[in-house]
Amino acid sequence: MAIFLTEKSRVVVQGMTGSEGQKHTSRMLAAGTNIVGGVTPGKGGQSVDFARRSIPVYGSCADAVKAADADVSVVFVPPRFTKGAVLEAVDAGIPLVVVITEGVPVHDTAAFFAHAQAGGTRVIGPNCPGIISPGRANAGIIPADIAGAGRIGLVSKSGTLTYQMMYELRDFGFSTAIGIGGDPIIGTTHIDALQAFQDDPDTDAIVMIGEIGGDAEERAAVFIKENVTKPVVGYVAGFTAPEGKTMGHAGAIVSGSSGTAAAKQEALEAAGVRVGKTPTETAHLLRTTLAPAVPNLAG
Amino acid sequence: MDLMEYQAKELFARHGVPVTLGRVIEDAADAADAARELGGRVVVKAQVKTGGRGKAGGVQLAATPDEAQAKAAEILGMDIKGHTVQRVLLAPAADIAEEYYFSFLVDRASREYLCIASTEGGVEIEEVAQTNPDAIAKVRIDPATGVDEAKAAEIVAAAGFPAEAATVVRRLWDAFIAEDAALVEVNPLVKLGDGSLEALDGKVTLDDNAAYRHPDHAGFDDKAAADPLEAEAHAKGLNYVKLDGAVGIIGNGAGLVMSTLDVVAYAGQRYGVKPANFLDIGGGASAEVMANGLGIILSDPQVRSVFVNVFGGITACDAVSNGIVQALAVLGDRADKPLVVRLDGNNVDEGRTILAKAGHPLVTVVDTMDGAAARAAELAA
Repeated sequence: MAIFLTEKSRVVVQGMTGSEGQKHTSRMLAAGTNIVGGVTPGKGGQSVDFARRSIPVYGSCADAVKAADADVSVVFVPPRFTKGAVLEAVDAGIPLVVVITEGVPVHDTAAFFAHAQAGGTRVIGPNCPGIISPGRANAGIIPADIAGAGRIGLVSKSGTLTYQMMYELRDFGFSTAIGIGGDPIIGTTHIDALQAFQDDPDTDAIVMIGEIGGDAEERAAVFIKENVTKPVVGYVAGFTAPEGKTMGHAGAIVSGSSGTAAAKQEALEAAGVRVGKTPTETAHLLRTTLAPAVPNLAG
Repeated sequence: MDLMEYQAKELFARHGVPVTLGRVIEDAADAADAARELGGRVVVKAQVKTGGRGKAGGVQLAATPDEAQAKAAEILGMDIKGHTVQRVLLAPAADIAEEYYFSFLVDRASREYLCIASTEGGVEIEEVAQTNPDAIAKVRIDPATGVDEAKAAEIVAAAGFPAEAATVVRRLWDAFIAEDAALVEVNPLVKLGDGSLEALDGKVTLDDNAAYRHPDHAGFDDKAAADPLEAEAHAKGLNYVKLDGAVGIIGNGAGLVMSTLDVVAYAGQRYGVKPANFLDIGGGASAEVMANGLGIILSDPQVRSVFVNVFGGITACDAVSNGIVQALAVLGDRADKPLVVRLDGNNVDEGRTILAKAGHPLVTVVDTMDGAAARAAELAA
């Protein structure tokens, strides 16, 4: 097994006919993802040719569900159309929607997240790299060749830190790696992923990557203490971030005494999570947690 | 983008929230005339994007036009938490009967909107939360339904505001939604001697992601207050934050760049050096983006070394290396500080080969992130 996304997932790509959508559909196909269609309003009935096969385009998510039994949507549409795209996927009854798009207005996210909750749809993102269950399926833009299948679960606010950590632990491999995004409102939280990894029989240990801003890591720490029995190691980015300056992600800002990396580290350590000072040290902590006899390969 | 008080009040006025706009001046010489026009006692208020203005002496009463001028002269140029006061707002002194606190915000925890309201206004709300938490009402707002008449009445009742405050609450909600704000805060919202309500101060954070829906918001951007390098980077579409150190940082992805700053800070402890900036060049590290980024960093006189930290995900490392080589060619003599480059991921061997072949005397390639940080810190020592 893996969490949220498996080889059985039937994936549609909203915005597949655009240049980003097309490029990443090609990559997702190469990673073995079962892509059953694209969705572009007004282009229903067309198809797009990829290396190995031709993928049909549907005019709506409802059509994609009816014709191809789609149960995952990956959203690549521009920010101004993202809210509409997610609402459409939710209304079509798609249970998992992965929103890659960066720069979505927070009021739009608030609206489509509320609608998704009411409709029973899980949203991942927005502004995230997506989710990969190596060897099974890839929904998003995480490069599939960094690491293969294994028994570590990874949840991260940051895209490139996800890649970095997968690279550091590529000899172990991953059940699922999920980038939840760094926006103020996100559809899937650290806690959601921690719960799913705890319940997943194919995950032995969990790496959790956080960053400054908000209190999601603090809440995750409380959750871990009460609900997670598998080993968790953590990393928090942004110890040197000054107050009041947004560090790239819309949600990555220290305001007053809240949202600091130090507070997050302290909360995680209080919950029994070992926290690394650097990505490399974090990977090393995981190694020693899983196999104390393994020397520090990362040097 | 955070707005200054006078800008927030302009925004409120558009939505019918009761405010007094007053006069904004940048030169103390204009203060006396402004005070005379306003008449009576005036308040002179520093316009900076930070809290604690009152404690810092940035808000003062003046009884006469001459006193207003003296106070303006005192406040203009003042440093408040690292912000230099470049303009002051003059407004008639209000006849305050009661002071309330009010805000709408995006609540990350519940992933809904939250209204925070209290009859203990005029002081920092964090302080009230400590000393008298029961005096703070928190009302969750479902994005699907928003603040209608019934919700406004619920908020007013929970906060203990007079019933007529419901109208102001609904107008503030209009401003919050229609202007795509992530935060609207009024502290204090006051009841005046005649029983009417007024927003006596205002703090608004606009959602930058929604800027495309609000071309008029560009006028609020205070270019004069921005660091010149930040302004230049912003104009080139780069995500750059100026810090106060000697190691310039370029990386791809916000999380990795934040992490790079931390790793450099740790490595720099033994040399007493710190990161000079945050610069995320994003996914596509083209030669042009790399040249723009390097150009900004090298023009920071505090920078003594540069650390380029890239994990090749979608962007391959060979493309990044070509970007670096071409950027150095474009910059020519302006590239005069050592560069430490760490590449990993997609096509890393090709990337390292390109840098090795180019053999630029200023470029050192180090295999690991921690090792590269140590080298960059050492070079800046």
